[in-house]
Amino acid sequence: MVAVQETIDQVKAIDVDQYKYGFVTDIESELAPKGLNEDIIRFISAKKSEPEWMLEWRLDAFRRWKTMEEPSWARVHYPKIDFEDLHYYAAPKTAEGPKNLDEVDPILLDTYKKLGIPLSEQEILAGIAPEHRIAVDAVFDSVSVATTFKEELAKAGVIFCPISEAIRDYPDLVKQYLGTVVPVTDNFYATLNSAVFSDGSFVYIPKGVRCPMELSTYFRINEQNTGQFERTLIIADEGSYVSYLEGCTAPQRDENQLHAAVVELVALEGAEIKYSTVQNWFPGDAEGKGGIYNFVTKRGDCRGDNSKIAWTQVETGSAITWKYPSCILRGDNSVGEFYSIAISNGYQQVDSGTKMIHLGKNTSSRIISKGISAGRSQNTYRGQVSAHRKAKNARNFTQCDSLLIGDQCGAHTVPYIESKNATAVFEHEATTSKISDDQMFYCLARGLNEEEAVALIVNGFVRDVIQQLPMEFAVEAQKLIGISLEGSVG
Amino acid sequence: MLEIKNLHAKVDGNEILRGVNLTVKPGEIHAIMGPNGSGKSTLSYVLSGKEDYEITEGSITYNGEDMLELGPDERAAAGMFLAFQYPIEIPGVATMTFLKTALNAQRKARGLEEMPTPEFMKLVREKAADLNVTPEMLRRPLNVGFSGGEKKRAEILQMSLLEPTLCILDETDSGLDIDALRIVSEGVNKLRSPERSMIVITHYQRLLDHIVPDVVHVLSKGRIVKTGGKELALELEKNGYADFVDEKAA
Ligand SMILES: Nc1ncnc2c1ncn2[C@@H]1O[C@H](COP(=O)(O)OP(=O)(O)O)[C@@H](O)[C@H]1O
Ligand SMILES: [Mg+2]
Repeated sequence: MVAVQETIDQVKAIDVDQYKYGFVTDIESELAPKGLNEDIIRFISAKKSEPEWMLEWRLDAFRRWKTMEEPSWARVHYPKIDFEDLHYYAAPKTAEGPKNLDEVDPILLDTYKKLGIPLSEQEILAGIAPEHRIAVDAVFDSVSVATTFKEELAKAGVIFCPISEAIRDYPDLVKQYLGTVVPVTDNFYATLNSAVFSDGSFVYIPKGVRCPMELSTYFRINEQNTGQFERTLIIADEGSYVSYLEGCTAPQRDENQLHAAVVELVALEGAEIKYSTVQNWFPGDAEGKGGIYNFVTKRGDCRGDNSKIAWTQVETGSAITWKYPSCILRGDNSVGEFYSIAISNGYQQVDSGTKMIHLGKNTSSRIISKGISAGRSQNTYRGQVSAHRKAKNARNFTQCDSLLIGDQCGAHTVPYIESKNATAVFEHEATTSKISDDQMFYCLARGLNEEEAVALIVNGFVRDVIQQLPMEFAVEAQKLIGISLEGSVG
Repeated sequence: MLEIKNLHAKVDGNEILRGVNLTVKPGEIHAIMGPNGSGKSTLSYVLSGKEDYEITEGSITYNGEDMLELGPDERAAAGMFLAFQYPIEIPGVATMTFLKTALNAQRKARGLEEMPTPEFMKLVREKAADLNVTPEMLRRPLNVGFSGGEKKRAEILQMSLLEPTLCILDETDSGLDIDALRIVSEGVNKLRSPERSMIVITHYQRLLDHIVPDVVHVLSKGRIVKTGGKELALELEKNGYADFVDEKAA
């Protein structure tokens, strides 16, 4: 008993004071004045030299947002966000203008180095074999400061650039797809994002192309009191394949920071998109102060027949997570997958899950969710699986496992299942377990200390999901699980 | 050298060990026999530092060090190893991964570098082959879905890899057929050395045909009630434990 109690104390103590990425980059940034109105939106749009249609799109979203109310159905509690008390645009001053790597502020590059991002092309070229290279589109607060490997990707016909650039350079593609997966009025946060989104990634993989490298964005929230509103749009044309990695960190702050991103994926006939996220934003300190509020809308549309979209996520950070990466299985025989590890500790509140919307014939989906709650955290899995009238032979398998560490945390599972077609078969399995005293003792008797034992057992618990991650991320994720659950290990 | 003096231990308010005295010198093998419920497993858990037990009296020292001051992991680092009567399942953790984590944890505790992976793999393969542990089994999560025999072989594999100086084997023979018993016993016998002590806990004499002890003790109702040579085991096999159970421990 005592052994486990000590572990609980350690886990509680890990706190987040240890948050490894809690540093602030001292760089002058250009801020929009606080508050939100049409002028701010015009300011953002002008900063990005956007065409008129884009500004109109934003303004339209803003007018609709003003009529909407913040949703309250999620199992998360937080003080009311004052949307007038936020900056909606922040850019490092030096990041304006052309974005070739040599012109990037060395302080920024240094920040990325601290984050472990191999941004500098030379470093990447020197260190990593070509087939393992990752193209990085780094988002520093609101502006994408550098994109590596652009040229090589261009040779393959792949477009990978900040979305602000895509709006200027590929307006037809953007116009054709933006807002078609997550409509402007989808939900409160998505509508807000549509009005004020600052930057994010744009990816287009042409017909039949297998993207020659993993694409990656590192998100980082630096500026105080800024909302971060990325917008990502990935289009995989017929028969193409892309694997996209998203990593997130944010510095430690007292105040809470708001993050409301929108990610849209479109897979056309026979295309496959694999989207992996490792998120370790600042979760708040030991008392539950500070941390990121993460309200994200992520959705993939299997628009073509035989297409496939897989979401894999490892969530360890944020004070509040509200996130449901979803798949619309529109094309016949399309496949949606969701693999998730959500770790909550301290006072974190996680309400996450997925939606699998079966519209086409013979569509199938698979959900593997692993929730780990420690400290005083609350971890909710919320999953919706539905079959439309025409979704003949729709199949879903859901496995939802929760692991509790200590007795002051909570794990909740909220499945919504809805079938309008009699041939649909949905299976749902759920388990809740604890690390048992016997397991702890067994590991300790073999010489592992308590932290090592917890990390080992938790890594075993999440193995099915870790195996879905690309190699580079799997290693990082395992380390991260260690960091977020260990006490004193530096 | 292990010295247990007047050891009393309670669990949930019940006194299970009621004054155990035992000295095991380097190189010696002691068998502890006794009827079910006499406190054999309790003794093994108390020796390895399981938290559920309250030590109300007595002492345990190993090589002069007070073991009651140390946690289970520190006792492991001090050279103690318990082969469990009922090995615990660790879902999702491949046996190979577990072995590596345990070995490196102990090396770290002793101030040694991690063992390089190729060297480790080679070592495990050798030891596993001796115990008939297949590579396939090494990939499976530890003890999950293992048969009784597989579990016991996996315990002995851990023991031979970690090279403890004090081995406690709790009913390692239970659940083994005769061939498995031979393989496991050979594995244990390989580890016999002048520096290494063993406490072999068993209900039945047959294990002691394979692992021949220097001393045999009978534990009854939480006390050692008789000590003798290996012939004591044969005597018990013939007459059963009835004499000791009735005796109300003198
Ligand atoms: N957690 C416990 N609570 C109460 N009694 C226990 C507990 N664990 C073991 N015992 C009792 O202690 C006695 C000794 O058990 P054990 O050490 O497992 O015996 P053995 O291994 O010799 O068969 C038994 O009577 C058993 O019922
Ligand atoms: Mg027993």
